Amino acid sequence: MSLQEKLPPRDEVLREFQKKIGGNMLLLAYKLKKWFPIRRSIKEVLLRKPPRYVRAVDGITFYIREGETFCLVGESGCGKTTTGRTLIRLLDPTGGYVFYKARPETLKLLKETLGEKVYISGDYIDLTTVPAKKFKPLRKELQIIFQDPYGSLNPRFKIKDILEEPLLVHGIGGSAEEREKRVLKALEDVKLTPADEFAYRYPHMLSGGQRQRVVVARAVILNPRFVVADEPVSMLDVSIRAEILELMMELKRRYGLTYLFITHDLAVARYICDRIAVMYLGTIVEIADSDTIVENPLHPYTRALIAAVPEPDPSLRHRFKDVPIKGEIPSAAAIPPGCRFHPRCVALDQHPELRSLCTSEQPELIEYEKDHWVACWLYQKK
Amino acid sequence: MPGYVLEVEHLKTYYYTYKGIVKAVDDVSFKLKEGESLGIAGESGCGKSTLAYSLLKLVPPPGRIAGGRIVIDGVDVTRMSEAEVRSKVRWKKISMVFQGAMNALNPVYTVGYQLAEPLMYHKGYSKKEALEEAKKYLQLVGLSPEVINRYPHELSGGMKQRVVIAMALILQPKIVIADEPTTALDVVVQAQILNLLKKLQKELGISIILITHDLSIIAELADKVAIMYAGKIVEFGPLEKVFLEPQHPYTQALLRSIPRLRGEKSKLEWIPGTPPDLRNPPLGCRFAPRCRFAMDICRREPPPEIQLAPDHRVLCWLYAKR
Repeated sequence: MSLQEKLPPRDEVLREFQKKIGGNMLLLAYKLKKWFPIRRSIKEVLLRKPPRYVRAVDGITFYIREGETFCLVGESGCGKTTTGRTLIRLLDPTGGYVFYKARPETLKLLKETLGEKVYISGDYIDLTTVPAKKFKPLRKELQIIFQDPYGSLNPRFKIKDILEEPLLVHGIGGSAEEREKRVLKALEDVKLTPADEFAYRYPHMLSGGQRQRVVVARAVILNPRFVVADEPVSMLDVSIRAEILELMMELKRRYGLTYLFITHDLAVARYICDRIAVMYLGTIVEIADSDTIVENPLHPYTRALIAAVPEPDPSLRHRFKDVPIKGEIPSAAAIPPGCRFHPRCVALDQHPELRSLCTSEQPELIEYEKDHWVACWLYQKK
Repeated sequence: MPGYVLEVEHLKTYYYTYKGIVKAVDDVSFKLKEGESLGIAGESGCGKSTLAYSLLKLVPPPGRIAGGRIVIDGVDVTRMSEAEVRSKVRWKKISMVFQGAMNALNPVYTVGYQLAEPLMYHKGYSKKEALEEAKKYLQLVGLSPEVINRYPHELSGGMKQRVVIAMALILQPKIVIADEPTTALDVVVQAQILNLLKKLQKELGISIILITHDLSIIAELADKVAIMYAGKIVEFGPLEKVFLEPQHPYTQALLRSIPRLRGEKSKLEWIPGTPPDLRNPPLGCRFAPRCRFAMDICRREPPPEIQLAPDHRVLCWLYAKR
């Protein structure tokens, strides 16, 4: 497998998806790839062995509509966080395109400063063509909420300083008073009231839930369009998770945000998301709206995942859970050939006729039913 | 009728810090019959792990058991010396699967040696005998016996968790405490580990004390449930009763705050506010500041323990007869 795959021209890809999805497509990732090189041993270097990679994200395609909450779920190590970070260029992609519908003023600015170097077509800009050093205007639109509210706030900054920092970086709010007004408003937005009191506290003086509110406030203070929420509630206690989720939904309605929500918890995903994409070993195996994923999963992996989720229902007690899956997840540095899931697949045992196909060729993600995408040979007969 | 394998009476475990006494476990009582499993649920910092460590008499300093009794299999361990506990109780009668099993294994010893060690130490087995026995336990938890020659880094998270469970079982205790046994694991592995615990419960007839913040895991495994809040058990009863007819406002709110995968998408609720500082808990009921039913008396006096049914009790003023 080569590092640089030949991709169809950008115009073609964009036109095709625009036709299919329409004008409200905010973001389109096409065959997005992020490979991390593994350090080679001296022996490998001397023998001129080819470099090896951890294929964290390996050619995934999906789109997000404006105003949608799109969810990435999967086990740890399946590449969901890497996807989120690559989309907003916290990591540089190895291959693929990311088309993003930017605000007109941002597009104009980028066109002026970068000229022909960057791919812009209509409202869309290919984020992968923007040089890292010129990415700043886009950062206002693309924000992230990190998982760990204990690690993502500087302990030496007051809450006001934490929230003022993005304003200073982007030169928003001319005077100190103006900035303070914005900071207080952001704190009120996330319901940390009285705001003028919270503004002068340090992170260690806040509880986990309050800290996560500050992290949310920091993400929305620049008035972004697209926010990547990377497991925003997994570090919080159950009793306050719903509070943060509800707050995020309210901000979404108020400011017209679009979320990419990354989680390992299917129940949370179903509660908050419009559509869910299930990832396995760096690829997307199924995309559908959240109720369809739970009630009518197609891919054998999705089925296993759904079956494994524990339910707070006492009648299930002492009954063994039948999780239709074999073995354990392989390392992303040694991905099985063919369909990545085939060594663990139970459906493969029931369909021996597919064995040669499953073990040799990787299935494409196809639209099996309207808006229900699946990457499995079982569904590709037609 | 089987007797009680564990009786905890008015247990108090306090941490004596420079900033004051933290009452992590404050007047906790419960009984557990042989073979019965208990789930202890609560938010972080409610004292559930401290309770577990108290049962093993492993409370880290500056903590110490300040009062009450723990009777394990008819013996009061609170009166025993450390040496006696070590030779007679710990691991032989009650053992523990520690939180974060990933890090509970020693990276420089093979799995087999770590499993065999308690047998050599407690039962005087030779190394060969102990390793043979270790192989049996590895099979019991669903691992191949060859794993005894492996080092922990060669195993996956789920396998390590199985090894740690085998370790807890090796001296055939009557009670195994599992402190968040599946938090670091993925859902698929979590389901497999829960299946294993269910199997062991059935085959060996052990009592499992499951400590977790995840109520759905408790629903899978426990017979009895204790809901802890700020160092106290606020509701205790059989699983069905506590889950289907929760009585304490905290239990009710907690159950309404978990998103469910199947069934109707109901609006989630949450509990406003944060748990109290255990150095300086509220005067009356500790949940009163966050409780939507709080009355005047709740803020003034600690609530009485109300027996709703022979095996169902709740710590709340709402049910007190006036």
